[in-house]
Amino acid sequence: MAITREEVLHVARLARLELTEDEVERFTEQLSAILEAVAKVSELDLSEVEPTAHPLDVINVWADDEPRPCLPLDDALANAPDREAGFFKVPPA
Amino acid sequence: MIDTLRLTAEEAMGLVGRGEVSGAELHRAYLDAIDERDGELHSYLRTVDEPDGHGVPIAFKDLISTRGVETTAGSKILSGYIPVYDATVATRCKEARLTLLGKTNMDEFAMGSSTENSGFGPTRNPWDPARVPGGSSGGSAAAVAAGLAPWALGSDTGGSVKQPASLCGIVGLRPTYGTVSRYGIVAFASSLDQIGPMTKTVRDCALLYRIVAGRDPCDTTTVELAQPVQIPEREDLNGLRIGVPKELNDAEGIEPGVKELTERTIELCRELGAEVGETTLPRSVEFGLPCYYLVAPAEASSNLARYDGVRYGLRVEGEDGVRAMYDRTRDGGFGDEPKRRIMLGTYALSAGYYEAYYGQAQKVRTVIAKEHAAAFRDFDVLVSPTSPTVAFELGAKTANPLAMYLSDVLTIPSNMAGLPGLSIPCGLSDGLPVGFQLIGPQFSENTLFDVGHALERAIGFDFVPGRFH
Repeated sequence: MAITREEVLHVARLARLELTEDEVERFTEQLSAILEAVAKVSELDLSEVEPTAHPLDVINVWADDEPRPCLPLDDALANAPDREAGFFKVPPA
Repeated sequence: MIDTLRLTAEEAMGLVGRGEVSGAELHRAYLDAIDERDGELHSYLRTVDEPDGHGVPIAFKDLISTRGVETTAGSKILSGYIPVYDATVATRCKEARLTLLGKTNMDEFAMGSSTENSGFGPTRNPWDPARVPGGSSGGSAAAVAAGLAPWALGSDTGGSVKQPASLCGIVGLRPTYGTVSRYGIVAFASSLDQIGPMTKTVRDCALLYRIVAGRDPCDTTTVELAQPVQIPEREDLNGLRIGVPKELNDAEGIEPGVKELTERTIELCRELGAEVGETTLPRSVEFGLPCYYLVAPAEASSNLARYDGVRYGLRVEGEDGVRAMYDRTRDGGFGDEPKRRIMLGTYALSAGYYEAYYGQAQKVRTVIAKEHAAAFRDFDVLVSPTSPTVAFELGAKTANPLAMYLSDVLTIPSNMAGLPGLSIPCGLSDGLPVGFQLIGPQFSENTLFDVGHALERAIGFDFVPGRFH
């Protein structure tokens, strides 16, 4: 296996996913197969090659600093599962 | 009587422009067609009953924000989400007097090649309802092919416009990265995502691209088009140099029927006056897929971190505070494919693995871009099949994610380089459509439209599925 059950649980914790037992088992197997396939990129010696993060040569896009209307508070909160007094409301930390 | 199966968007604009048919009558004709045929196909997640304007209708993939109209990206985690603003492409369509007909089904968060990953049930292929329409823009492709919309917008990250267009027998453009705004689009992999037109003809495709393309101050990755979009009229290919990359055309898994039609179409390019020659992309095809399945999940794991049950969408409450709420919301709201990709991306970006996976994939991306640039020194356009196969049966690849990923092996390489690609139907293999992929250098859409239009005329493909004749 390219990835162990413990690693799957660790990654799920990093990604904030609470997996069921069934999912842990299924994903360990599937992610192993996928990781073995994508590990192919390591076959190439690319020590002299620059990485590409973005397909266009666009850097430093400037905009004029002009005020524009923003979303009204009610709109910004319109889709919130819970709200109170103009804030998003969440369970206690 | 409006025959929505045959009517092109250009013809629809003519009818409305000359006052022969009103926008409301057109809208009604498409809603009637949807009532008649979409029960079987499920290309729409929801329709809009009353047109907001008087122009020609259009359908949007359900990841394009539409003010006041639910937008889910095919995910239960966004169920009930009603955008409070329009995406820029939606605004541009409104300014062009297009009216929203409805929102089309898709693989959840655009992750998939069959539309079976939708959180709301699959879409079926209008040519054969036992088969998939491709994906992730399968709803848009099926709607256009079945005469349930004159045209539609989809999105393409690894092939999600080109591949479903191919499997449904329509035209699809993945534009040059940065030419169409993504403001208001539900993000998947931001260095790859592009919005693209899905239409019955190449001229419709150019018309819709002209409406949506151009710089948007709200999306700093957009650029101004170098030349205005031209609606193609050419009937020959004189003076054009067309390259046939052998790795894209001899790739493992290309079905014999697909290969034969592709070769016949290449021969047609020669007959129309093009200079045709073989070329090579030595590492782009072999390493394109692994490169994509590191870069796209890495970006997705970051983009999908926003779904936490706080500001919008689903919330699943837990007994023990906010952290349990996050974890349960995300486990309950995402389907398997987003979970797989979030975990793959999180792994590829995690300490100790970053350089070997994500860092290395970004370098492969440079190699792929350089190989394509080298091929374009000798050729104006590169060609290949769009998809190695015709539409496959529902369920055929759902148990094996890697087999599903291979559906995009021919569309991914040029996507990694930010290049535009056009898929046009080139014939039927055993009664199912085959797509022909045209790839150009960045900003070469006008050339792709010219070649696509000349070929389309010469091929004379009937875009109405046989079972509706």
